[in-house]
Amino acid sequence: MSVEEPLVMARGLKKRFGDFEAVAGIDVEVHRGEVFGFLGPNGAGKSSTMRMIGCVSPVTDGRLRVLGMNPREEGPAIRARLGVVPQEDNLDTELSVWDNLAIYGRYFGLPRPLIKQRAAELLEFVQLTDRKADRVEPLSGGMKRRLTIARGLMNQPELLLLDEPTTGLDPQARHLLWERLYQLKLRGVTLVLTTHYMDEAEQLCDRLVIMDRGHIVAEGSPRQLIDQHSTKEVVELRFATLDERESALPRLADLSGRVEPVGERVLVYTDDGDATLAAVARDGVEPASVLVRRATLEDVFLILTGRTLDD
Amino acid sequence: MTETTTAPSLGRWPLARAVEREMRVFSKLWRGTIFSTFLSPVLFLVAMGIGVGGLVDERSGGVQGLNYLAFIVPGIMAASAMQTASGDSLWGVMAGMKWMRFFHGMVATPLRPADVYAGKVVWTGMRIALSSTVFLCIASLFGGVLSPLGVLAVPSTILTAVAFSAVIAGWSATQETDKNFAIVFRMMVMPLFLFSGTFFPVSQLPDRIEPLSRLSPLYYGVDLCRMFTTGEPRWADAAINAAVLVAMAAVGWRFGTRSFTKRLAS
Repeated sequence: MSVEEPLVMARGLKKRFGDFEAVAGIDVEVHRGEVFGFLGPNGAGKSSTMRMIGCVSPVTDGRLRVLGMNPREEGPAIRARLGVVPQEDNLDTELSVWDNLAIYGRYFGLPRPLIKQRAAELLEFVQLTDRKADRVEPLSGGMKRRLTIARGLMNQPELLLLDEPTTGLDPQARHLLWERLYQLKLRGVTLVLTTHYMDEAEQLCDRLVIMDRGHIVAEGSPRQLIDQHSTKEVVELRFATLDERESALPRLADLSGRVEPVGERVLVYTDDGDATLAAVARDGVEPASVLVRRATLEDVFLILTGRTLDD
Repeated sequence: MTETTTAPSLGRWPLARAVEREMRVFSKLWRGTIFSTFLSPVLFLVAMGIGVGGLVDERSGGVQGLNYLAFIVPGIMAASAMQTASGDSLWGVMAGMKWMRFFHGMVATPLRPADVYAGKVVWTGMRIALSSTVFLCIASLFGGVLSPLGVLAVPSTILTAVAFSAVIAGWSATQETDKNFAIVFRMMVMPLFLFSGTFFPVSQLPDRIEPLSRLSPLYYGVDLCRMFTTGEPRWADAAINAAVLVAMAAVGWRFGTRSFTKRLAS
């Protein structure tokens, strides 16, 4: 074949647990070399989707092909070429940092000299060389996540799956992790990640889908999604009380095609923030504070679903 | 697909990889297990075999024509195999599933849940092979092994351990917490430990209760070990005893493969 099949191709993909439909029929294509994201709040069906792509969770319905193979029949052969960084750490805490990589290499059937070489390179890559003889438990959250990434790279996967890679990490650890992931992208590794952080999706993803309640509600590059679904700018007005917000809402709605109340705030979507701000002042609306900013993926999610990502 | 993509090796023996993990952990932690797996059976041997045994032999001239030490050596061997296998299969499985979750890391590789399960059970058998061999050597130094056929007691304990491990590991995988584990030990492991012909012949039990001992899988393990260490093999019985344990292992295996798959790949 001259045109390469997508690394991941899903059509009408569904996952049910009893009566609960976690993934309600989604279409996804991930191509070689791209960083693809699933953005959505907790419970949107992102992890269930990842577990199906990772060939550990059986598909309930629909079609799924990973690396051109069917997970139902060729799970072990697919998993041999995947790297997985799960949401919940599952490092082997009975083993040292080094042994975690070494035994993982053995699970993939790699010969010992190759394991030695790769484990050393990967520890260098995730900046944990000086911790190689340590036990896993005392490592910080960021170090554990980096070790898990190194572990997921032991088999030199064509596709690396990362489920909420920076959840629970402090800002510094997050940035270090993003930088390492970017290095992987430069090396040509295809990355698929889930996140409920819009900044993570914007920073890392070439293309993403926004998921909500098991459905895909939008798809595109971060830029495209913002251009398509949101205005350029957002004026955030924060009010002292919910009552004040309520009384200001009708007047604000007249100013702009779209306003979204979120807690004590009202977000006014506009292509010219400063002009809108001036109009707000003319109308006699008196918020406690104001902020004009560029629209983000968070706004896209809010506009499409009426809810915020951390709901 | 590009033709140049070569599939990496799947590892021809996924089960062996899972066992290798256990060996790697054991090679780091074996010192911590010396007491439970080696020393405590030896203490039993000294206390019961020599202490209690002295009294028994003095008063009644031994048990079933054997001195008491020779009587309980196979009992202790089989019973400790059961005990170690049960403990490993309860808490060891909960650790992999929930506490440390490393089983979940294993099934993200070419290993399948069935391999993880099999690795656990097979390793339990290997570990018992080691501890039983050590125990047999020590017991023979004390004069508690009466025949070279005694070496056959080692595979007997392996079979006993695998039968218990196969069932219990499978059951552990269905549990959300370890709150029932102490009950399993108190209500199952302890009674079996005591009433399976381990420390006294089951014929000592009241007539109506005695047949119940045949319901204990450990009874068959103890009987197997005893006929070998005392050098009085009854081959037909040996075949039946082994068949009971093999059947238990086979049923457990089927169940365990399913419960691990359900738990790790849902």
